Amino acid sequence: MLSIKNLHASIEGKEILKGIDLEVKPGEVHAIMGPNGSGKSTLASVLAGRELFEVTEGKVKYFGKDLFDLSPEERASEGIFLGFQYPIEIPGVSMVNFMKTAVNEQRKHKGLEPMSSSDFLKLMREKKELVELDAALANRSVNEGFSGGEKKRNEIFQMAMLEPKLSILDETDSGLDIDALRIVANGVNKLKSADNATIVITHYQRLLDYIVPDYVHVLYNGKIIKSGGKDLALELEEKGYDWLKKGETV
Amino acid sequence: MSLETVKIETKDKFIELYHENQDLLKSDSPEYINSIREEAFNHFQKLGIPTKKNEQYKYTNLDQEFNNDYKTYISPKNIKFQIEDIFKCDVPELNTKVVLLLNGWYYDRENLLEELPGGAVIGSFQKAAQVYPDLIKKHFAQYAKSEKDGMVALNTAFVKDGLFLYVPKGVTIEKPIQIINILMDEESGLTQHRNLFILEENSEASIVVCDHTLSTPNFLTNSVSEFFIDKNARFDFSRMQNEHNGSKQVSHLYFQQERDSKVNTNTITLHGGLIRSNINVLLNGEGCENNTYGLYLTDKGQHIDNYVHMDHAYPNCTSNQLFKGVLDDFATGAFNGKVLVRKDAQKTQAFQANNNILLTDDTDMNTKPQLEIYADDVKCSHGATVGQLDEDALFYLRARGIKKKEAKLLLMYAFANDVIKAIKIPALQERIQDLVDKRLRGELSRCNSCQMHCC
Repeated sequence: MLSIKNLHASIEGKEILKGIDLEVKPGEVHAIMGPNGSGKSTLASVLAGRELFEVTEGKVKYFGKDLFDLSPEERASEGIFLGFQYPIEIPGVSMVNFMKTAVNEQRKHKGLEPMSSSDFLKLMREKKELVELDAALANRSVNEGFSGGEKKRNEIFQMAMLEPKLSILDETDSGLDIDALRIVANGVNKLKSADNATIVITHYQRLLDYIVPDYVHVLYNGKIIKSGGKDLALELEEKGYDWLKKGETV
Repeated sequence: MSLETVKIETKDKFIELYHENQDLLKSDSPEYINSIREEAFNHFQKLGIPTKKNEQYKYTNLDQEFNNDYKTYISPKNIKFQIEDIFKCDVPELNTKVVLLLNGWYYDRENLLEELPGGAVIGSFQKAAQVYPDLIKKHFAQYAKSEKDGMVALNTAFVKDGLFLYVPKGVTIEKPIQIINILMDEESGLTQHRNLFILEENSEASIVVCDHTLSTPNFLTNSVSEFFIDKNARFDFSRMQNEHNGSKQVSHLYFQQERDSKVNTNTITLHGGLIRSNINVLLNGEGCENNTYGLYLTDKGQHIDNYVHMDHAYPNCTSNQLFKGVLDDFATGAFNGKVLVRKDAQKTQAFQANNNILLTDDTDMNTKPQLEIYADDVKCSHGATVGQLDEDALFYLRARGIKKKEAKLLLMYAFANDVIKAIKIPALQERIQDLVDKRLRGELSRCNSCQMHCC
């Protein structure tokens, strides 16, 4: 579904991604690991369509379409979901209104009628339970005054509401205690199917105890320097990244 | 053939107009009004129309606007219409008592003063000046001073009619009173109505004012309203400015609040070519509370200028000012707010904020919040922001599939909602939420049920 070829991207003239290649097929879970500043979040942002970054070279195909022809909202409506590392607080926009607008905009994109209020509220209730999101949070403004863990759970809640085909979870584990981590991982696992895929971006192996990846990639200095199966994550946990950095490409 | 033009100063045009119409102006007005009129005229001769050199009017060129050939209404023009035919309030559940001013004149000429339950009175200012001289003498021109502002002097020199409301001691008017200011004529007109609101001790009232233009000519308004809010009285004042963009409006509100009184004002500006709103508040006793809120949504060539002067003259009073605005296209705006805390006004709490979103590079906003504090035990803050929509928030919404245009609307609406939720009457709040939503979407060009489609 996703095919990244020789992707280069920069911000303010500084190149961050220096030639990424990655293939993701339905049903797969990919983990992208790597030290700080290696370009993990940039990759996530570029795929979601953040205009801050300039793509200077390379191609990304998503279900055969050129991803860069699509606006961020079109990508979302076509099934790409970015779980933000730092979810944004939006005072004055209620969670209900936000999700209702998002669900119905996506339905409109697919040529479907807007969802009725009662169906929508029922869907909200179901999905809230999935990530054990406090009912009261849904009545508040988007992420406003949410704790770090609540914000991350809220990302997975939105993912559950929107049922994406490709989820990119950017450091969803950062700032989570072990219980919250388990809840978030459970949510992701329950949403997993043969038709959708997940890219999990993380620092630590810890999350991968809960969300078991099919592939692990190590991103360093804007390039994937090593790919392997789930055992690679364990190896990284044990040895750190230094042994890979020396060789740069393996 | 040569054409010579002689530049006549705007001031001189009004001086001449005054001299020509002096007899008509003074007829039907009691002696005490006419002596104040004379005084105001003298002040106007000195002050004239404020130019941009005047610090208070720095950002709005009034002289240019008043130097046009607008007809001034010295006497009421007989325009008959069935109000239900052209104007219907959209908020039936608001259940208001509705009164109308047509081009600044109390519309119901058959019934110029009406008694409300509890002995309250609403009606024509001109008529009230004849019927209740003692009451009006005590309050008229006591709060809006001609010597301080040429525009107030001009209004007072030409004073004829406007709205009068009197709420006696201890009386609560349950229903909100809706005042509809209608401007309608076949030619361009200058309206200068004069309103007086008197709330005695421990009384309560709420007012909703809607400004509308119901015909296409350009209108200019220079209105003055005085409010006397006596001890422990509670007063709510919301107004909706929705005139067409060919209209120009200068309004002056003067509030005097006595001990433990509470006043909320909320000014929602949707349409209007040039709008200058002055709000002057004197907190003249301990324990007063004043909340002065404003929201302006402007585009095209609209100009909006809000001026607030909050005078804390006594200890233990609280004031909040919040003005928010969204400017689009090449709209321009200004906010000039001053909080004065006098020497003895200890334990004052005064807050002032002005936040603006500029949607294009061609908009221009000048904001000047000021604090002048002479007491030492106070809690005051002021701040102003001028910025764009939050790019991170915009991306967050778009990343969930919400189109850029819709995402912007959501953010603008959220921004505006801080002011709307301060409106106390729930039905009115809902109505305004709806109007603001439509205005932001560019769908509001007129009041919904108005048949005139004037703007």
